[in-house]
Amino acid sequence: MMTDVLTILGWCIIAVGLFFDLVGCLGLVRLPDVYNRLQAATKCVTLGTCAVLLGVFVIQGISAAGLKALLCIVFVVLTAPVGAHAIARAGHRAGVKPTERMVWDDYADAQGLEPKPPAQSGESDHEEA
Amino acid sequence: MWSWRVPIGAAVLAAGLAYVLVQPPPFPLPEGIAYPALVARALGVLVLAAALCLFRLFGGPTAADRIVAIDMLGILIAGLCAILAAATGHGWYVDIAIAWALLSFIAALALAKHLEGRAYDD
Repeated sequence: MMTDVLTILGWCIIAVGLFFDLVGCLGLVRLPDVYNRLQAATKCVTLGTCAVLLGVFVIQGISAAGLKALLCIVFVVLTAPVGAHAIARAGHRAGVKPTERMVWDDYADAQGLEPKPPAQSGESDHEEA
Repeated sequence: MWSWRVPIGAAVLAAGLAYVLVQPPPFPLPEGIAYPALVARALGVLVLAAALCLFRLFGGPTAADRIVAIDMLGILIAGLCAILAAATGHGWYVDIAIAWALLSFIAALALAKHLEGRAYDD
């Protein structure tokens, strides 16, 4: 009885995580430039995968697989923001142009640089609303 | 500037989601799974998300877009391995998930350094 309840609860948590995964990947396709895509995809997909792993822990219980799922949550939460930060910093330094609707570039301002001119229309994969 | 790309993409995504949720795709699942229809639907949603990542990977306008797509694809595959672990009860799928997440992280860091134009030991 308790195992059935925990299994149903675990699959519900996995379903929530799958929803966040799908929405994060939709943001990866839909948003206008690299920085927006990066923040949408990183936050949503990290939360979704953590929810999936938490559901696996709830289903498996205190066992080897469940505890390894918790360990994997720790790894994903620790590594995904670091990777996203490195990609955003490298993209900014490599001169990836932001969208036309960007109002201010704090990173260039903190470095004492001129904010990069926004992308010309047609160059970025983005249509104006 | 309104274009047909948005409604066409929304229609394709809705059709894919309806196909995945109404009729589970014919994945070659192993024997002895407790809820095969549920597992097939969950894997279908993950494959749909991975297809969106592949769209950005192949059609990304800049190299940074492709790196982001690769990073997200690695985390999605970690989640897929976790779902297989929950479905089959084999604990070693979670080992694959851990290894894949860490390797995807290292790959993202290396690609970011390459994009920035620095050496890997810099």
